Amino acid sequence: MIGKKLKRQWQLHVLLIPGIIILLIFSYYPLYGLVIAFQKYNPGLGFNSPWVGLDNFRYIFSQPNFLRTIGNTFYIAIFKMILGIIVPVTFALLLNEIKNDLTKRVFQTLIYIPNFLSWVIVAGVLMDLLATDGIVNRFLNVLGMNAISFLGSPSVFPWTMIISDTWKGFGFGTVVYLAALAGIDPGLYEAAQVDGAKRFKQTIYITIPMLMPTIILMSVLSLGNILNAGFDQIFNLYSPIVYESGDIIDTYVYRLGVEQAQYSVGAAVGMFKSVVSCVMLSMSYILADKVAGYRVF
Amino acid sequence: MKKNNIGRTVFKIFNYIFMTAICLTCVLPFVHLLAVSFSSSSAVAAGKVNFWPVEFTAYSYKFALEGGKFLTALWVSVKRVILGVSLNMLFMVITAYPMSKTKEQLAGRNIYMIFFVATMLISGGMIPTYLVISRLGLLNSIWSLTLPYALPVYNMVILMNFIRNLPAGVEEAAMIDGASPIQILVRILLPLLKPALATVCLFCVVFHWNSWFDGMLYINETTKLPLQSYLQTLVKNFEQIMQTAGTNYVELLSRMNARTGRAAQLFIGAIPLMLIYPFLQKYFAKGLVIGSEKG
Repeated sequence: MIGKKLKRQWQLHVLLIPGIIILLIFSYYPLYGLVIAFQKYNPGLGFNSPWVGLDNFRYIFSQPNFLRTIGNTFYIAIFKMILGIIVPVTFALLLNEIKNDLTKRVFQTLIYIPNFLSWVIVAGVLMDLLATDGIVNRFLNVLGMNAISFLGSPSVFPWTMIISDTWKGFGFGTVVYLAALAGIDPGLYEAAQVDGAKRFKQTIYITIPMLMPTIILMSVLSLGNILNAGFDQIFNLYSPIVYESGDIIDTYVYRLGVEQAQYSVGAAVGMFKSVVSCVMLSMSYILADKVAGYRVF
Repeated sequence: MKKNNIGRTVFKIFNYIFMTAICLTCVLPFVHLLAVSFSSSSAVAAGKVNFWPVEFTAYSYKFALEGGKFLTALWVSVKRVILGVSLNMLFMVITAYPMSKTKEQLAGRNIYMIFFVATMLISGGMIPTYLVISRLGLLNSIWSLTLPYALPVYNMVILMNFIRNLPAGVEEAAMIDGASPIQILVRILLPLLKPALATVCLFCVVFHWNSWFDGMLYINETTKLPLQSYLQTLVKNFEQIMQTAGTNYVELLSRMNARTGRAAQLFIGAIPLMLIYPFLQKYFAKGLVIGSEKG
C-alpha cells in the first residue's frame, strides 16, 4: 500500500526539489549568516569569524543614531499605515457613488498609475516637483505662500514621505475596497430604502459595516510592516540634512553595513529588525485569521 | 424630498470635482516630467515650464540615447526580465502543482508549506544576503539578480490556490487513464492555468523591471547595471554624467541641463510599464481576487 502510494507520489516530491534548493541557498543560508551579528566579521573567515557574544548589540544600542532611527521608523510607518487605510476607503466610497461606468473606470485607471512605477522613477519626479524652485513651490508662491523645503527640512521631510507614499499606493487599496463594495448585497439597500433611510444613512449603517471585515483585514496585514518605513522611497529622497527625522532602520543598516563595511554591526541591526518584524507579522496573520477569518495559507 | 434632491446634486458635483482633482494629482506630475524633458534648459531654469514644453527640443533624449550607457542599461534590464521571469514561471509551476495537493496526496505537505512560508516571515536581511551572494561568486553577474528570486513564494501561493479551485474531476479522469503527475501538469493543467499564469507573470515582470537596489548592491561594473539601478545613480549625479560625457560641457549646458536630462531618462524608464499598463490593470485586480480565496 505504502509502496503504491510512493510510486504515485514520487514525481511530486521531485518537482519540489529545485524550489527547495533555491530557498535553502538564498533564504536559509543568509538566515544562518546572521551568526555574524554575534561575531567580529573577518572576510577571510566568513561565517566562522571569532565570537564576540552580544558586543555588537550593546554597541548599537549605545548609539544615539540607532535609537533615533527606531523612533523615526515607527513614526513614519504608523502614519503611513493609518493614511494607507483611511484614504483608499474614503476614495472607494466616493468613487462608488459615481454611477457612470466609463467615468468610474477612467478615474480608477488614473489613480492606479503611480503604483506601478518604481520608487526610483517616482523619487526622480518628486525631486523635480518638490524642489525649492519646482512647480509645487511656484504654485504656492502664486497663492502668496512661502516656499516649503519639502525634502530639505527635518520637520517637513517625514510628512513628505508619508503623503507621497499614500499618494503612490492609494490606487491599489481603492481597487481592493471597490471589489469589496461590489460584493455587498443590493437587497440590503433596497430594504433600507423601504425603511426610508437616505443615502448618507445607508452609507453609515450598511456600506461601512459591510466593509469592516476588509478594512480590519487590510489593517491587520499592514501591522507586519511596522518596521518598514519604506527603504526604497526614503533612500532615494533623503539627504544628511534630514537624517534627524528621516533616517530609518533600513537606511541606517545600509550606511553601516554597506558603505562603512561594518558587516557585523549592520547584521545586528538587521537582525533586531527581522525579529521584531517577524513577531509582528506572525501576530498579524494570527489576528487576521481570528478577527477577519482570513487565512493567508 | 425636493430638498434631498438638491443636496444629492450638490454632493454629486462636489464629488466629481474632488475626484477629478485627485486624479489630476496622479497624472500631472508625469505630464510635467514630459514637458520638462522636451523643454530647453533656459526655460526650465527660469521656471517657465508647467505642463507643456517651452522652446521645444528633443536634445535631452538624443543625449540619453547617444551616450550608450542608457541603452546598455536598458538591454541589461530586458535580459533580466526575460531570464528572471522565465525562472519564476518554471519554479512557480513546478512548486505550486505539488503544493496544491492535500496532505493525503502528498506526504509531508504541511512541512513543505512551513518551509516555504517561513521564508516570507523571516529573512537574513541585507548584509548576510550580500555576503552569501558574494561568497557564491555571483557578484557582477546577472544571476545575482535572478536566481535569488527564482521562487517567489507569495505568487506561488496565488497559483496554488488557483489550482486548488479547479474542478477536481479533470485531474481524476486523467489519473484513471494512467497519466503520471507530470503528464497531468503539462497536458491538462497548464492550458487551464493560462489566466492565473498571466497574472503572476505580470507580477514578476513588474518586480524584475522595477527592482533597483539589488543591482546597486551586487553589480559594480556600470556596463552590467540594469536600467532602474542606472537611473538611481543618475538621479543623484546627473551633473557629473554631463561633465564626463565628452562633449563641450558649456555648449552642452546651453542645450540641456540636469533637470531636462534626468526627466528624459526617467520618462523612457517609465515607458515599458506604461505600455503594459492596460494588461496590468486588468490582471492585478484579478490576481488579487484569486490570491484572497481561501486555500
